[in-house]
Amino acid sequence: MTAMIDVQGLRKEFGHFTAVNDISFSVEPGQVLGFLGPNGAGKSTTMKMLTGFLTPTAGRIHICGIDVAAKPVQAKKKIGYLPEGAPLYAEMTPASFLSFIGDVRGLKGADKKKRIEQIVEQVQLQDVWKQPIETLSKGYKRRVGLAQAILHDPEVLVLDEPTDGLDPNQKFEVRQLVQQMASDKAIIISTHILEEVDAVCNQAMIIARGRILANGTPKELLALSQFSGAYSILITSSLQSTVSASLQALPEVASIEAAPEGDELFRTTAFPAPDVKLHEVVSGLVHAHGWPALEIRRESGRLDDVFRQLTTEVGQGGAHA
Amino acid sequence: MRNVAVIFRREMAGYFATPLAYVFVVIFLVMMSVFTFYVGNFFARGQADLQPFFTWHPWLYLFLVPALGMRLWAEERKSGTIELLLTLPVSMLEAALGKFLAAWCMIGLALTLTSPIWISVNVLGQPDNGVILASYLGSLLMAGAYLAVCSCISATTRNQVIAFVLSVAACFAFLLAGFPLVLDFFRAWVPQLVLEGIKTLSFLAHFEAIIKGVIDFRDVVFFLSFIAFWLYAGAWLIDRKKAD
Repeated sequence: MTAMIDVQGLRKEFGHFTAVNDISFSVEPGQVLGFLGPNGAGKSTTMKMLTGFLTPTAGRIHICGIDVAAKPVQAKKKIGYLPEGAPLYAEMTPASFLSFIGDVRGLKGADKKKRIEQIVEQVQLQDVWKQPIETLSKGYKRRVGLAQAILHDPEVLVLDEPTDGLDPNQKFEVRQLVQQMASDKAIIISTHILEEVDAVCNQAMIIARGRILANGTPKELLALSQFSGAYSILITSSLQSTVSASLQALPEVASIEAAPEGDELFRTTAFPAPDVKLHEVVSGLVHAHGWPALEIRRESGRLDDVFRQLTTEVGQGGAHA
Repeated sequence: MRNVAVIFRREMAGYFATPLAYVFVVIFLVMMSVFTFYVGNFFARGQADLQPFFTWHPWLYLFLVPALGMRLWAEERKSGTIELLLTLPVSMLEAALGKFLAAWCMIGLALTLTSPIWISVNVLGQPDNGVILASYLGSLLMAGAYLAVCSCISATTRNQVIAFVLSVAACFAFLLAGFPLVLDFFRAWVPQLVLEGIKTLSFLAHFEAIIKGVIDFRDVVFFLSFIAFWLYAGAWLIDRKKAD
């Protein structure tokens, strides 16, 4: 078993409500898995079970081969966890808090001091080192939370919405930090910010209503988008109706979509029929007619489109699920 | 045990990082003095003992201990740090014990700071210091019993006010468990055997036995096992009901 995180048939019920419904997956070292899903999808509940905070109703979790239910303390030693909202002891300072975490993690003496210094450098806490945590800004609090999670250089890192509420610079820093650590760890990140998946994850999972709807690399997920394989032509408004009509007439084109861009321009998007590549057809058409196209663009899939497509399908199909 | 010490140190640091420790100790000492000197007529009795001092302990603890104990878990639930604490490699019982010992230590500290009254009584006369020492021990044990109940109740809620009110009520019931006030409540619907059991839970009966100067092994065992039971119950409750 090489997977650092191995989850089989995980299920969690709160009374009659099923928050997590039969989830299985595994994460290997070097993988950064992104949990995507609307609020209330079961992302946080899954993470709480992985880290041993909640007891699953059914299913097994192994962290580095250790059964979380049977040996919770051993499993927790392997994990660094940033809970949602990064809860911290407000009256402590980053210095006393990280010293406490170091003690709990079994770090001692010079070793502990060196490790804390390293982390402080890494997440840049020097300026607020001796201030009570309750007086810190959200960005600094999140950094203290991250520092706490990575202090013992864990093999498994679980981060619940690590960039939530941070400004763009701070988000960038957190993502960089995750990427730096990614090489030898198994990392799980939950988010509802889709750009994050592109930025840091090499594996992504879309979850809604406690089920896995899609699981693959970000590229594979993008391929699920209806925009994947579509081409669009940007052209002056006066030619728009001609272009639309010609595209629509092609047997390779399943449907088109036209939308104005600014005052004078129009973008016409052609979606391919099943198993058809459009690139030659579209460029041939433009050249044949000599249209003054300003741009011919291959549309890549859009993750938000896949996300909406998948998560709203569940909503409609929910009645018989 | 190493983890218990780590949790204990963090809790203690927490008490002194906020005004909590100072407010608690000062109020504790002021209340003790008021009751001993004004209500208990310490000087007018003309006797060299600390009877008027210790007599009030069960009643003062009724409010002071829940005030300290209400935050033990309710605060962790409210702020979400319970998730942080319980995903660290610490067992539930270690966490509960560390927190309990720190709060108990605070009470012990406040109790130690009442020692000037012990010194005064030695200056003024020849008290039986054995009895006084036994009484201090009994008082600390009783405070621990109160605190264990509070810790368990605090584990069930995220609201500190609820934890406080319920703790006062529960402590009051245990304080007077051997008295008609409590026994009459149960008499109608529990069997005689259970009623006898309830009677033996009375803090007041056990405490009064100790402050007479007789440290009966059974009274000490009663308090210690009472503490163990409620700590364990609290740990079990949190384990069952962590999410909310």
